[in-house]
Amino acid sequence: MNEKQLRGMIAKVKDGRMDRRSFMHKMLGLGLSAPFVSQMLVHSGVAMAQTKWDYKPTKRGGGGPLKLLWWQGATLLNPHFAVGSKEQDACRLFYEPMANWDPEGNLIPVLATEIPSRENGGLSADGKTVTWKIKPGVKWHDGKPLSADDLIFNWEYAKDPGTASVTIGSYKDVMVEKLNDLSVRVTYKQPTPFWADAFVGTRGSLLPKHLFADYIGGKSRDAPNNLKPIGTGPYKFVEFKPGDLVKGEINMDYHKPNRPFFDTIEIKGGGDAVSAARAVLQTGEYDYGWNIQVEEEVITRLEKTGGKGTAQISKGGNIEYILLNHTDPWNEVEGERASIKSKHPSLLDPAVRKALALLVDRKSVEQHIYGRAGLATGNFLNAPEKFNSKNTKWEFDIEKAKKLLDDGGWKPGADGIREKGGKKLKYVFQTSINAPRQKTQAIIKQACQRAGIDLELKSVTASVFFSSDVANPDTYTKFFTDLEMYTTTMTQPDPELFMNQYCSWEISSKENKWQGRNITRWVNKEYDDTWKAAQAELDPVKRAALFVKMNDLVINDNAIIPVVYRPRLYVIAHKLKAPVSGWDTDTGSIEDWYREA
Amino acid sequence: MGNYILRRLMIAIPSLLGISVVLFCVLALAPGDPFEELATNPNVPPEVRAALRAKFGMDDPVFLRYFHWLTAMAQGDWGFSFVSRVDVDQLILQRLPATLFVIGLSQVLALTVAIPVGVYAATRPYSVFDQIANTLAFIGFSLPTFFTGLLFILLFSITLDWLPFVYRSDISATGWRWYWEHFRQAIMPICVLGFFQAASMTRYVRSAVLDVIRLDYVTTARAKGLGERVVVVKHVVRNALIPVVTLVALQMPAIFGGAIVTEQIFRIPGIGSLLISSILANDTPVIMAVTFVFACLVVFFNLVADILYGWLDPRISYR
Repeated sequence: MNEKQLRGMIAKVKDGRMDRRSFMHKMLGLGLSAPFVSQMLVHSGVAMAQTKWDYKPTKRGGGGPLKLLWWQGATLLNPHFAVGSKEQDACRLFYEPMANWDPEGNLIPVLATEIPSRENGGLSADGKTVTWKIKPGVKWHDGKPLSADDLIFNWEYAKDPGTASVTIGSYKDVMVEKLNDLSVRVTYKQPTPFWADAFVGTRGSLLPKHLFADYIGGKSRDAPNNLKPIGTGPYKFVEFKPGDLVKGEINMDYHKPNRPFFDTIEIKGGGDAVSAARAVLQTGEYDYGWNIQVEEEVITRLEKTGGKGTAQISKGGNIEYILLNHTDPWNEVEGERASIKSKHPSLLDPAVRKALALLVDRKSVEQHIYGRAGLATGNFLNAPEKFNSKNTKWEFDIEKAKKLLDDGGWKPGADGIREKGGKKLKYVFQTSINAPRQKTQAIIKQACQRAGIDLELKSVTASVFFSSDVANPDTYTKFFTDLEMYTTTMTQPDPELFMNQYCSWEISSKENKWQGRNITRWVNKEYDDTWKAAQAELDPVKRAALFVKMNDLVINDNAIIPVVYRPRLYVIAHKLKAPVSGWDTDTGSIEDWYREA
Repeated sequence: MGNYILRRLMIAIPSLLGISVVLFCVLALAPGDPFEELATNPNVPPEVRAALRAKFGMDDPVFLRYFHWLTAMAQGDWGFSFVSRVDVDQLILQRLPATLFVIGLSQVLALTVAIPVGVYAATRPYSVFDQIANTLAFIGFSLPTFFTGLLFILLFSITLDWLPFVYRSDISATGWRWYWEHFRQAIMPICVLGFFQAASMTRYVRSAVLDVIRLDYVTTARAKGLGERVVVVKHVVRNALIPVVTLVALQMPAIFGGAIVTEQIFRIPGIGSLLISSILANDTPVIMAVTFVFACLVVFFNLVADILYGWLDPRISYR
């Protein structure tokens, strides 16, 4: 699909010949993320869909306690230090960003009066500035008003390297200035098509200046309010025990009408995923359980026997995929294994890569291993399965793979393993230790065996595999094997950062201490150029076309093999209504949660 | 006596130093770092992780980090958790009450079961009671606590729905109800741990009593015409319990150390679950502090056991 076709479709959406939803589905099928498509429509003058969340309660409070169970407890309550989603989830009870993402990928204003757009003057024509207007009358839990100074402070706080914040990436390259008491302007150095990063979602929760001003930089750890959050959120802080418990009570001065519904809230941490699912689905001791990485079979049984709740998914952009090493991991070149200067003896043959892609039985992996929490996909840029089946081309066909290899000159040897010119199709396939991954490995190995490719399976402890330890040869970024499999996360709705993992300058090597994001070490000039073009492209439609092209380049070259797209699975009590967005933390719109009578 | 204690304490110093060196080295050699989650997050540039590592001194050589830790520890500064950015002593103190309550009560339960059963079984060796007690004890210490824990949950929480299986440190009730709720949620973990301990202790008590009951002075006591009850309680048990006291004293560190597996299953916010979550998160200062405190307790209670021994059995003298 090229730019012209996209424009044609958008025109149809604009004048009503095509509904927004089917346009969205088409785009998702092309591998674009929902928020991205939304942005594209807004830019073209189609208003963002009003969020469809039907919030029923007509008064604040009265909902009793809300009990959430996280099988790993939050360890801290400062959003700028929040390492993982468990911390971000806990922080969001008390702290809020300017705007967050709904499940459909639309931006919803939280502390902002409106979402900046070209029409309301929030976005400048050159794509360099964003103007945020703060909702008047918002108060911190201690009664002080929220003002532009707080936003400026958060920017200064996060960008100071001494603070050691994890949000520094969103703030260090921007300029924030105060326009008046209730508005600020964010200025980017270069035109930035996707501006919804600073002050938005998990990166944007705001700390009060009056309590943290003395603790900027090196003293950040000493702030007493790191443990006693005072924010603008729907719940006020009551108690915090790191790794165990976060407790809050209703904020009667909350800035959104009739919210929140619950009188108290608690997030209990610890234990394991299966028993967390039990506590929600079977005994009903808790209302909601987070990130339930449990096999489909177990979940279904708990749902049936318990009857107290259901398991549901929230769709983000995470994908489980297999990487094919484009360099030689077994021989050193200039003292470095898998050096960019080396070439993989057999994986550079397109026929071999194509054959491998045909040998991944995604359907079985989906049905027997991941269930609801892993949907077979042929795209790298995610797409919910029901939307993408029409457009994607993945298939599982051992015979076709055999034929491809035959035609490519790879003939079976005496041991049944194919070879050409003395090079055998024998690969080491590594992943982290995690039951579903080992089962997936086994399914792929079987198919490969039938096609004459020998896979040696290797599993590495997760703490080693995902570590950044320069001294350890088994980390995923070093990738000293032929194939490897893991989930790459797309935490931000914009694909720009996500897609830089195939740019040639991101290649993981000794020189950058294996910190580079291009782990397959795939090099493609066209891809590099397309990515650069997308980075500078202000027109969302053109940009979308560029991302579709990037996805196609990677997939059609079989540089990687997508296996399953992995939404997050959560368990929820029957009467509880919660809009959970895969593009935000689970508690991203906690103020909208309520229980039906 | 005073001399002996002093000497033992002096010996304890090098052994504690040795333990701390080993612990620190093992942790330093172990893979992973506390900012692992940042590694797979594309929004966080690698420099952020590098800056955090540098800030927390994780890039320094091992021996330098060890001396930093040692000097701080000697001044009573336990360091702060890399993950929570909270002082370690604060974290441990927060977790201590739950551990003391659950593990302490389980030890009490173990003793109240083990001593009467063991003594009674020993006074009637190879009787039906003895056989049953032996069999049960055997089953008791053969079944690991994670297994009995899950069985209890399935039976009492899910099938019968009598007891909650998620331990909560924030019971909101007041008065008697508060005590009751606390006790109710602790019943399962206490029983799981208590019966496990009781099983091995029963066998220990039984054999200790059997050893003593055959001695001449017991026969003498009986010959004097003393009642069976007095013979057993005043003469036999008093002597037989000397080795049991040692056993209990050596168990004391475990009370503070928490029961890692059981705490994890029942989500008890105790020291054991703190230890396991910090191991999983590679939070070195917390792991160091917890394991080191544990080591100190072991050394200390060993000393206590030795001293108690001499006090209970005057035939032993200290030189």
